[in-house]
Amino acid sequence: MRTILFILQKEFLQIFRNRGMLPIIFVLPFIQLVILSYAATFDVSQVPFHLQDRDRSVTSRRFAEKFTASGYFNLTGTSSSDLQSQSELVRRNADLVLVIPVGFERDLVTTGHAQVQLMINAEDGFSAGVVQTYASEIVTAFNRGELKRLIPGGEVTAAGEISMVPSSWYNPELKYTHYMVPGIIVILVTLIGLFLSGMNVVREREIGTIDQINVTPIKRYQFITGKLLPLWIIGIGELSVGLVIARLLFHVPMLGSYALVYLVAGIYLLVVLGMGLLISTVTETQQQAMFIAWFFMVIFTLLSGLFTSIESMPEWAQRMTMLNPVRHFVDIMRRVMLKGSGIAEIASPLLILTAFAALMLALAVNRYRKVSE
Amino acid sequence: MKAEKQAVQLFALAKRFGKVEALQEMTLSVGEGELFGFIGADGAGKTTLLRILATLLLPGGGRAEVLGLDVVASYRDIRRRIGYMPGRFSLYQDLTVEENLRFFATIFGTTIAENYDLIRDIYIQLEPFKERRAGKLSGGMKQKLALCCALVHRPELLLLDEPTTGVDAVSRAEFWQMLGRLKEQGITTLVSTPYMDEAALCDRIAFMQEGRLLAVETPDAITTLFRKPLFAIRARQTWPLITWLRSTPDAHSVYAFGRAVHYTDNRLSASRDELLLSLQRQGFTDVEVQQIKPGIEDTFMALMEPERGERHG
Repeated sequence: MRTILFILQKEFLQIFRNRGMLPIIFVLPFIQLVILSYAATFDVSQVPFHLQDRDRSVTSRRFAEKFTASGYFNLTGTSSSDLQSQSELVRRNADLVLVIPVGFERDLVTTGHAQVQLMINAEDGFSAGVVQTYASEIVTAFNRGELKRLIPGGEVTAAGEISMVPSSWYNPELKYTHYMVPGIIVILVTLIGLFLSGMNVVREREIGTIDQINVTPIKRYQFITGKLLPLWIIGIGELSVGLVIARLLFHVPMLGSYALVYLVAGIYLLVVLGMGLLISTVTETQQQAMFIAWFFMVIFTLLSGLFTSIESMPEWAQRMTMLNPVRHFVDIMRRVMLKGSGIAEIASPLLILTAFAALMLALAVNRYRKVSE
Repeated sequence: MKAEKQAVQLFALAKRFGKVEALQEMTLSVGEGELFGFIGADGAGKTTLLRILATLLLPGGGRAEVLGLDVVASYRDIRRRIGYMPGRFSLYQDLTVEENLRFFATIFGTTIAENYDLIRDIYIQLEPFKERRAGKLSGGMKQKLALCCALVHRPELLLLDEPTTGVDAVSRAEFWQMLGRLKEQGITTLVSTPYMDEAALCDRIAFMQEGRLLAVETPDAITTLFRKPLFAIRARQTWPLITWLRSTPDAHSVYAFGRAVHYTDNRLSASRDELLLSLQRQGFTDVEVQQIKPGIEDTFMALMEPERGERHG
């Protein structure tokens, strides 16, 4: 026990003496948290919008006004030819072109039906979907209100109409940050844990101190505990600061219990640190360790459900995400913080994480040898 | 027969890395309290041998015993009782002198104070710098600190891998003085070095080449293995002298040695006067020829010779 304490003391001394690493560990993650959380939003606003009104009637003008007045769209120009409006799309002066054909008003008044064309830049499929939703909302509203007023004799279906009133649970204001911040905190904790542990043992090998350590009677479990415990403590510290920022800066609610979050984080960090240690024991240089850690970090992040929803991934990818510890912790964090899930509700991802932790540590301890072949 | 106990024993110890045979069936005994030197060029297998004895590397064949314990079966006990200093400086450069020393003392379950008498002579020289980070020490100071760290748990056996390589002459001399003092304390020391002048300071030395022992003797006795008459020759111009000597049919070996040339002849009858005469006849000026006693380096070169012959055809 005393031996572990001395290794701990040594590790902390080295961490706090490394002037280059300190800001990387303690400042950069939070700059990232703040910037990412503010910047990487799914909300689409101020979509550049181009109008091609061929009807030039009172109704068509009124219809177009609905778009400009909605606040989502920003009118950047008008034209009367298809060619011109398409070139606006290509030049990215517009992401949405609304084409109102000749006879729009006449058709509406006489038949009650009219067609308009929406051309949406769908390079980014996600934003295009959002733009389309906004546009159809506007069209629906126009149908309900204006149309009835326009044709007094038109069919009145109000009595039989099915109206849908959406209500968003767990994030009633649909705040993007409430959804993202818990996930980004997970990524930061992972990043720090994986890289620090991945660099650690291999660093001792690179500078040769591992030989000096290996000839001592120090036991494997003592060495590994002494190595991982400081990083574990740092990881928990990172999480705490992340949670404080989430609460004070982003006002992310905490419906569940902090104790549960820390319990999960404690287990989760063992997975990450075990994995880093494993990387560290199978590599020869810090550079190799860095690349391997980075490789896993990218896969874990992209398959975590943080930026893209797991439900929209292909079947095989969805199954792969079950092996991704980041996915489970992101999932748990969101559920506990936003929905107030208790330990019973998160039991299955928590069990998976616990199994991962056991596996990773066993592998890492097994791979670390004090004697070489 | 074996009155004194053996600190290290090798029984046909072998090790290969891929195609390279780093150690070829090496058999050797080192007695307790000996200061034993391994002399050899880079790649002779010195580091491999010391790493096996330090229980850092598994033997490929044969056996090795350290303090009467098998290096494979009893590695745990061995680690408690030996001190190892790797060839490369392997302390924490970002920790201070004192922190390094305290760290290594504590993981051996001891304190600096407990074994202070053993390291005092060395530590006194380090003390003014004890707040300094190990990475900022001079080469000689680094080696003294490494020796302190290897000694801090009072080991019975010290394994030093080229402790003085890259260290200035004064520090080297001081370092060897310390090894002498440790010997007085009864500590067995195995040290490897590429420097022949250091070999003379050992109780016994082993010449190593390509994983084999060429000879194991005391420094005085080892020169008796050199059988041919040896001449030191000086002339105004050294390089033409070497070239010409090498071109003569009777030349056995010709090496530059400082400003002189060490020369052996194939004929046991070769004499000083005869050499002097033929050199003067060749037009060399200021020629001096002396028959000398072979040194350790001459012996090492001579013993390496057959190997060279084989390799270079």
